[in-house]
Amino acid sequence: MQREKVIPRQKIAIVYIIVGFVLALVGVLLKVAFYKKTMYDLPWWVIGIGVILVGYGLLQILNAERIGSEVVFSQRTAKSFLTNNAIILALLLLVIVIMFIEPRFMQNKVLLDIMTQSSTRLIIALGICFTLLIAGTDLSAGRMVGLAAVISTSMLQTPTYGNRFFPNLPQIPVAFPIIAAIVACLLFGVLNGFLVARFDMHPFIATLATQVMIFGACSLYFDMPPNRSQPIGGIRSDFTALGQTMLFSQKGVFDGISILIPIALVICVIIWFVLNKTVFGKNVYAIGGNREAAVVSGVNVFATIMFIFILASGLYGIGGVLEAARTAGASNAYGNGYELDAIAACVVGGVSLNGGVGKIRGIVTGVLIFSVIQYGLQFIGVSPMWQQILKGVIIAVAVALDLSKYRRK
Amino acid sequence: MGEYVLEMNNITKVFPGVKALDNVSLKVRPGSVHALMGENGAGKSTLMKCLFGIYQEDDGEIILDGKKENITTSKQALDLGVSMIHQELHPIRFRPVMENIWLGRFPMRGIAVDKKTMIRKTKELFKEIDLDINPEVLAGSLSASNLQLVEIAKAVSYNSKIIIMDEPTSSLTDNETDHLFKIIRQLQGKGCAIIYISHKMEEILKIADEVTIMRDGQYVGTWPSGELTTDLIINRMVGRDMTNRFPEKDYIPGTEVVLKAEDLCSPLPKSFQHVSFELHRGEILGIGGLVGAQRTELVEALFGLRAIVSGEVEKDGERFKVKSVQDAKKHGLALLTEERRASGVFPILSVLDNTVIASQKTYANHGVLRQSKRLKAAKEANLQLNVKTPTLETLIQDLSGGNQQKVLIARWLLTHPDILILDEPTRGIDVGAKYEIYTIMLDLIKQGKSIIMISSEMPELLGMSDRVMVMCEGKVSGVLNRAEADQIEVMRLATRFVK
Repeated sequence: MQREKVIPRQKIAIVYIIVGFVLALVGVLLKVAFYKKTMYDLPWWVIGIGVILVGYGLLQILNAERIGSEVVFSQRTAKSFLTNNAIILALLLLVIVIMFIEPRFMQNKVLLDIMTQSSTRLIIALGICFTLLIAGTDLSAGRMVGLAAVISTSMLQTPTYGNRFFPNLPQIPVAFPIIAAIVACLLFGVLNGFLVARFDMHPFIATLATQVMIFGACSLYFDMPPNRSQPIGGIRSDFTALGQTMLFSQKGVFDGISILIPIALVICVIIWFVLNKTVFGKNVYAIGGNREAAVVSGVNVFATIMFIFILASGLYGIGGVLEAARTAGASNAYGNGYELDAIAACVVGGVSLNGGVGKIRGIVTGVLIFSVIQYGLQFIGVSPMWQQILKGVIIAVAVALDLSKYRRK
Repeated sequence: MGEYVLEMNNITKVFPGVKALDNVSLKVRPGSVHALMGENGAGKSTLMKCLFGIYQEDDGEIILDGKKENITTSKQALDLGVSMIHQELHPIRFRPVMENIWLGRFPMRGIAVDKKTMIRKTKELFKEIDLDINPEVLAGSLSASNLQLVEIAKAVSYNSKIIIMDEPTSSLTDNETDHLFKIIRQLQGKGCAIIYISHKMEEILKIADEVTIMRDGQYVGTWPSGELTTDLIINRMVGRDMTNRFPEKDYIPGTEVVLKAEDLCSPLPKSFQHVSFELHRGEILGIGGLVGAQRTELVEALFGLRAIVSGEVEKDGERFKVKSVQDAKKHGLALLTEERRASGVFPILSVLDNTVIASQKTYANHGVLRQSKRLKAAKEANLQLNVKTPTLETLIQDLSGGNQQKVLIARWLLTHPDILILDEPTRGIDVGAKYEIYTIMLDLIKQGKSIIMISSEMPELLGMSDRVMVMCEGKVSGVLNRAEADQIEVMRLATRFVK
């Protein structure tokens, strides 16, 4: 038998708390006593990590009863820790390397930028995760983003702009075009759900069909005279504020926090709640876990699948509107391929394509990983082509590791 | 070659949370039939999977022909002369029988598969064991028993020294079982050893030379089969006396009709037709019949899982139509399905989620669940049914078959049904757990509930039912009282319309 060492959870937690305190202290010292310009915001980061460790330690003590009062150290648990967290560890390593190559990376601004970039992606990934949880998929996500972007911006141009989509449209309230855009997506969500739930069609095919339809419809709309397929510009500032507002900004001191971050956070919390605390959420896991058994248990499979695709399309709609607001423009090419990025992020975050397995925490991590890679590698001047290769490698490695967890040998 | 062709010494295998095998040993003589027995969850299949390279033992040694081997893949096991017939068959349904047999070792001609040789070799193989199946038909078109025989042929085709047979007769008729035994004798004659796993005592005593018994992942002992009797085997398997296989019935079934079905017809002509019956309050109505008598189809239709074209159902004197499972639940029906794995458990979900799934809405307020209510309900239900699980968060796939079945019963009890339909309630679970399930059934009857039980096990059908309805070819061929029901009468009715 392998060597094992059993340590009370209390002790581990205390180690966490002490290390956390030390780190926080080091951070403070760095900030106060040894600060050099080349450190940028590193002290803050160190303090942040310290605080997180202390918090984690406290949680361990509080939840000791639920998660077991003892921690076993052995080759096996060490190995499973490594496979469970391999991607995060790799990410940390990558960040450290980038920090060494380019110390400017150590700025809070960078951190916030990465989070801002992740926001809309996260919303789309949260939508797609429902379809993955029932062992399905949704190929129409990206095109719905484009549809929502085009519809919302087409009605929200400044009156003075030369090339208006609807030349005679008065200044309507911002809410109306947004609702129109999301409703358009919801309609296609209903179609997706109906095809899958009513005809038992595989989601891959059903959503492939809608994807093509959506792009066609969106292009037709986009090609209406007088616009004739020109990118939509001149967007009203009360709309772009939705994606560009910086909260708490002080001129010259702090750029502020993008409004997209709290929006994504709120949606994330709502979806977590829906998935974990509602009958609907439990039914999603049940259908993914064993569809036959769900039918026999009296789960309304039809309604659940319908709602999954409708909810997902609503999230894509929101994502599309925010994307349009952030970039202050739209074209029918918007959102192309977003569904694959979202699926990749979910899968890297531990969502199983076989259905039934997946957590919000994992999806957030998955989305962040891709943003960090993209942003970080750009930061140190790595070619985008290399970024693509790295992205592919990460998807493959992450899924291979994830599957090895479930294999019993 | 030593005294033994195979020695497995002190094998230990640990799964997360369960010690599946604890110091188990198995010694098999060449050319002998060695039966491996034990309740479900005793670790027989796990032990065989270690031998066949599907699992890797954590500790212990495997000695084949006097040589210590470390078997890590099934391919390696096959190369070493060990082949296995699995408990559950996974044929490639849309490929011909012969491709299923020679998969992984197709006869080749250059870079192409040599179809002619494959047909010839398959025909030779089938002839050798007296099997009349066309090698080129699709595997999916064969009956379950023919598939089983093909699987046996496949194991034979490896010319192995050891063939593991994991419940090979579970889908075979008596005639086919005799056929299998002939094949086994033939193999024995060639010096091949058979490791034979089965729950059927009569079979074991007939075919086996030696019997190894396991209990709860531990080795109990090995005996020549001549020294054993059915009672002795059961005794050693469960570690206690099992003189009474059924708990005593100490109630009088009611006469009030709770459920009345009249002239039910399926839209499929070959399924159930013109079925009428009555279920009384506080009774167990057994449904007997051969496989294919459409018993499962009938109860699934009652539960809203299949269509009914004509006929009426009354509950408590009131007519009702069942269009969906939700309707059936609303009217106080519950169905424990025949296939626990396929349509019962959610393997990757926790015991908690599995327990409360059917009654989920009662713990919710406007769709938002109250965790405390779910926990309380699951805890009480599982306690009442004596479910053995480390925690409620444990994945149900880590429990034994018997405990999974108890969780499923708990699931339905939480919907507070008046009528429970149990389709093969004790299939594939061990003797001890069976007894517990019988006890639960009697408890439910005493609470005034009524039970419809489909069972293909004659002793169970006769031992538990207050009345037995026998079906044959989709029709009711007779209803027997407890007093008049015996094996012969049930069999006579079960074959009444068979041409």
